[in-house]
Amino acid sequence: MNQNRVPTVVLGVIGADVHAIGNQILEYALDEAGIEAVNIGVMSSQQEFVEAAVETGADAIWVSSLYGHGEMDCRGLRDKCVEAGITDILLYVGGNLVIGKRSWEGVKDLFLDMGYDRAYPPGTRPQEAIDDLWQDLVEQRESKDVVSSLD
Amino acid sequence: MSSALLIDIGSTYTKVACFDLERAELLARSQSSTTVSKDVNLGLQQALDNIPGWQQADYRLACSSAAGGLRIAAIGLVPGLTAEAARRAALGAGSRVVKTYSYELTERDVAELEDLAADIILLAGGTDGGNQEIILHNARLLADSQVEEPILVAGNRSAADRVAELLDKGEKEFYLTENVMPELEKLNIEPARQLIRKIFLERIVKARGLDRVKELIDDVVMPTPAAVLRAAEILARGTSGEEGWGELLVVDIGGATTDIHSAAAGTPTRSGVSQRGLEEPFLKRTVEGDLGMRYCAGDLFQAVKPNRWQQLYQSLYNKELELQQLEDYVNKVCQKTEYLPESQEETELENILGREAVRLATSRHAGYIRTIYTAQGASFIQVGKDLTGIKNVIGTGGIIVHNENPELVLAGILQKNQVEEEKLTPRAPDFYLDDDYLLAAAGLLAEVEADTALRILQKYLKEIVQEEKN
Repeated sequence: MNQNRVPTVVLGVIGADVHAIGNQILEYALDEAGIEAVNIGVMSSQQEFVEAAVETGADAIWVSSLYGHGEMDCRGLRDKCVEAGITDILLYVGGNLVIGKRSWEGVKDLFLDMGYDRAYPPGTRPQEAIDDLWQDLVEQRESKDVVSSLD
Repeated sequence: MSSALLIDIGSTYTKVACFDLERAELLARSQSSTTVSKDVNLGLQQALDNIPGWQQADYRLACSSAAGGLRIAAIGLVPGLTAEAARRAALGAGSRVVKTYSYELTERDVAELEDLAADIILLAGGTDGGNQEIILHNARLLADSQVEEPILVAGNRSAADRVAELLDKGEKEFYLTENVMPELEKLNIEPARQLIRKIFLERIVKARGLDRVKELIDDVVMPTPAAVLRAAEILARGTSGEEGWGELLVVDIGGATTDIHSAAAGTPTRSGVSQRGLEEPFLKRTVEGDLGMRYCAGDLFQAVKPNRWQQLYQSLYNKELELQQLEDYVNKVCQKTEYLPESQEETELENILGREAVRLATSRHAGYIRTIYTAQGASFIQVGKDLTGIKNVIGTGGIIVHNENPELVLAGILQKNQVEEEKLTPRAPDFYLDDDYLLAAAGLLAEVEADTALRILQKYLKEIVQEEKN
């Protein structure tokens, strides 16, 4: 993250999912927190998330999935980011990610294994993810500083 | 009587039209060969000699597409986003896009750019505040290269200072303007378009020797395609004093390209459809370099499946097409680009070629609908412009103008004649013919007297009777 720059988050609802309200609440919360929100809306494909992040130079992608097909829709996004040259971008995912009775811990691990940095269960308050974002961005910068001081 | 002399210096012909401005009437027309390689004034003088009293005209304006027209190389970041936005800015300014580049330029790309010797390089990339890395990389490579053409920078605002610094160090001629895509999918091509026109007037007109026309007339004021686009605009939107026709499409089939101009918002006409992708400009121009009646007739022949040619021929003429016959004809006209059909049979072949060029060019210009099946049922996404409701389509170019049945060729635009479903091309428009080639002239005149230009168009575009429709 550039020190003087407002952080940018690309957010949207993935797959054939048309749930719009939570996504708008997230955009509002990001705006309020002084974060640049690039909202690509509902029914967005992985490619649309990646292209938006590349052009806007985003620091993070926030993927929402509310209709239970999250496992199918979200797989492979990290790979596409690596392919598009935004290897280190932060990926967060949240919503009703899977159908059926599965423990949240299991679901969370499933998404972390897919390359997401954070996964959130239903009912998470936006502020929690925003706090995590600030923390992750600071850590990312510190680790970059370490690398550049080694050069 | 006040009059205007409107001149189109094309690659082959220099065409002059003279109008009585009070009565919006065409007084005289003439044409001669373009002589830009020697002295553009030789051909121009010859054309003017046939217009009585041309020296008295109040306005003497020209547009030009001679000597290759205005050639631009566009550079952006993501192919469907800033690279496409840069392309649209270039096309909207009336240029030919000789090549579009995405992501980081490579050494090989730069070598190609040096060879291409475009008139302008349009450098975009990143939203404002977005990605800077790529545009800086590309600027660095351009700065170190041998390219001599002016570089127009229309990318990420936050990177503009450093891009300028790099290009300055490389001693390049460059111009800065607003980002062609300042926010994701928001199109902002007008500033770049204006600047392209300014560079065209100040630099390219002179470099081509076109400024010599000033010995005879006022000046070359724009590239010809920009004049056609301007005519489409006033005809659709109207002027302060005259009402327009509403949204429309202009189809121009030439020997080397097929150009489609739409003056239309293109927003969804069906309910429950959401629009996606890069914003569409109201005035949109696309140029298909592989669809033409002469120079690239071979590409056109290849672009359509053999059985499609046969089916089309069968449905139009109720007889069988020998594919070899079509191929032979295509080869003939590719080599003899001045050739005109001499028999009924050749006219029929010419017509199916024109029909398919129009169909493909319109289907690429127009948007389409994608259906997504969700738990709640089918959802529809529209990409590009919805032109189904367009009421007026204007045809121009030799194959349409010199045709006994121009509607046969123009019908290629119709939605029912598309091969792929869900293409959003016009459904049931009226057809008009620009058989006096007045679109460019009217676009030029609109620079000084827009109301009169519109009245001329309304008067001289001829409606084509469509048998099928009635």
